[in-house]
Amino acid sequence: MISYANSLGIAKRPQDTRVVVAMSGGVDSSVTAAVLREEGYDVVGITLQLYDHGIALQKPGACCAGQDIYDARQVADRIGIPHYVLDYEGKFSQDVIDDFADTYLRGETPIPCVRCNQRVKFRDLLNTARDLGADALATGHYVRRVQGAAGAELHRAIDPGRDQSYFLFATTREQLEFLRFPLGGLTKPETRALAERHGLEVAAKPDSQDICFVPNGSYADVVAKLRPGSVEPGDIVHVDGRVLGRHRGVVHYTVGQRKGLGIGGIRGEEEPLFVVRLEPGQRRVVVGPRRELARSVVTIREVNWLGPALAPGEGLEVEVKLRSAQPPAPAVWRLGADGTAQAELHEPQYGVAPGQACVVYQGDRVLGGGWIAGTGA
Amino acid sequence: MTRVYLDHNASAPLKPAVKTAMIQAMDLAGNPSSVHGFGRTVRRAVEEARAQVAALAGVRPAQVFFTGSGTEANNLALRGFPGRQVVTSAIEHDSVLEAVPGAARIPVSRDGVADLAALDRMLASGDGPALVSLMLANNETGAIQPVAEAARIAHAHGALFHCDAVQAAGRLSLDLGALGADLLTLSAHKIGGPAGVGALILADGLEPEALIRGGGQEKRRRAGTENVVGIAGFGAAARLARQELPDSARLTVMRDALEVLALAAVPAARVMGAGAARVGNTSNLLLPGVAGETQVMALDLAGVAVSAGSACSSGKVKPSHVLAAMGESAGDAACAIRVSLGWDSDDAAVERFAAAYAAMAARLARAPAA
Repeated sequence: MISYANSLGIAKRPQDTRVVVAMSGGVDSSVTAAVLREEGYDVVGITLQLYDHGIALQKPGACCAGQDIYDARQVADRIGIPHYVLDYEGKFSQDVIDDFADTYLRGETPIPCVRCNQRVKFRDLLNTARDLGADALATGHYVRRVQGAAGAELHRAIDPGRDQSYFLFATTREQLEFLRFPLGGLTKPETRALAERHGLEVAAKPDSQDICFVPNGSYADVVAKLRPGSVEPGDIVHVDGRVLGRHRGVVHYTVGQRKGLGIGGIRGEEEPLFVVRLEPGQRRVVVGPRRELARSVVTIREVNWLGPALAPGEGLEVEVKLRSAQPPAPAVWRLGADGTAQAELHEPQYGVAPGQACVVYQGDRVLGGGWIAGTGA
Repeated sequence: MTRVYLDHNASAPLKPAVKTAMIQAMDLAGNPSSVHGFGRTVRRAVEEARAQVAALAGVRPAQVFFTGSGTEANNLALRGFPGRQVVTSAIEHDSVLEAVPGAARIPVSRDGVADLAALDRMLASGDGPALVSLMLANNETGAIQPVAEAARIAHAHGALFHCDAVQAAGRLSLDLGALGADLLTLSAHKIGGPAGVGALILADGLEPEALIRGGGQEKRRRAGTENVVGIAGFGAAARLARQELPDSARLTVMRDALEVLALAAVPAARVMGAGAARVGNTSNLLLPGVAGETQVMALDLAGVAVSAGSACSSGKVKPSHVLAAMGESAGDAACAIRVSLGWDSDDAAVERFAAAYAAMAARLARAPAA
């Protein structure tokens, strides 16, 4: 018997391989579906209704109004695949939006996109794909899945400007076995060219910006709406103890922030001031000069580990990325108990914010990561 | 892959004779309101259809008022008497529930049958004149409602009585007088006619306020040039529905066989409303723990078309308010599918469904939870 693997690494003919594609209505996932369809796979498109646009935009009764869902349906129709819309509003509200609000109120800076991948797309949608008899779930993420000797590995996208691996660190090994990312080897212009070639109307659609349920970028407003009365003013305090001014609520601030403190030009302050930490209990925003931001130790919780087996406390030379827009920094990584870990940075890093992700790399390979719980100098 | 259509309660395929009647009507030029001979010819087609729909409902043609849909007819009935307090059941179609959002709702039994003692109490404790609306057959479960008795209770309290008979037409014999209803809603596309045309049947002397105003069509109760082609199709479909009523016995046998096969293959499944008298074409199967939308997708991918709950324009499915009213938990109410047979259904379709349902359930039982 001849056994071979198709382009998705599955030992079946493409037409016998059912692939669910998570279609957002954007160009990336549309091209993902079109490419797989062209290769002959049994492609099923699914779009998740994640939130009521009426709530996000404060317009009542905007049921099913999402342009993105409409676009996804049009693309599915164009390329000739069945397409379904799943109502995940309840799950999304509970697993992503609530966490977003609560994280902010703890004085941390959340990344809801990671939670959405972790708890909605790669858990609930992935299970639905299995229920539909699918062999794989494909998404339009710019990240690569590489078949290694010990199983599937997660790697950075070819296009460094597009790489989304930071947002996918929480993908488990089991999920990774089932997932496929056909765009990981493409650049964005290549994706748009494919969209054009397939005649997809979304070819020129702008990339989504910011967080989907915060359309105008005002995170604090959304938190205030979700948790009425929780956004309260307080003092802006210098690390040396001086009260420098008032703020409108800790949710408006993030560690490392310099602009928008409203205390510019304070007499006798020769150095620019940054948010050093947030103390939601005392409703205090603590500021100080840049050197106060220097951190050499980062403690991590909820670690997802995709790397080689490590004994507790055993050190591994890695690079860690502490913010999506920051280059990775060399560090020693040690796994602890109960899903914790510690990263010891070779050079101090500035603006390490609790609630953000610490993602661990060795070269292009993602070894895992976790949520930043605390920091030390 | 051949596809099997088991979603007649959503919309029945057009019957061939209906199509023929519509094609003939397409060749008619003119506006039924026009004075000239062209207008008279078109008017004749509309009036022939009116007589056919009247015969289906056991009324005189003058009691039939065409609308653009069953939804519009329900809205006209419920919003046409603004001085009356509306009382409806908890299992009505959205076109009734949403027409008067604040309406009192009659509870239903575990089998999805309206509680008439509750209706009696509600009307006794209400103040002012009322309008009661109760469907004849439920769209999700097929449960037949005690309409004649409800009408008697309504009238005893001086209330008007409306019956949404959209899902009963062609499946039960209809007679406005025997039902005791003052208003009755029908829709063409549930009986093998075209979508886009419905009718409100009115007892003599009733004059609901028009929702759509303009011309004097339909005796000023519904303005707008008549959808002649659609109405001609409705007339033909109504004639056939009356003639082919005995076919519902055939469908009942098939439906019962479908349920026996489904339950034998999937013991965890339950038939909703099984204890009630049901129209013979409808089966509501609840499989705990498996979202109805997942079941519908899996069956669709296997070439079998059924539905879950009621889909909105994006195709998003909400949990069934009907099953919730029957006392199912919110979780279970989201785990049912509706299978509805019709004039083009055959034994092969039932077998296809049963095989696909069994295969789906077997795969779900195997699927590892990630």
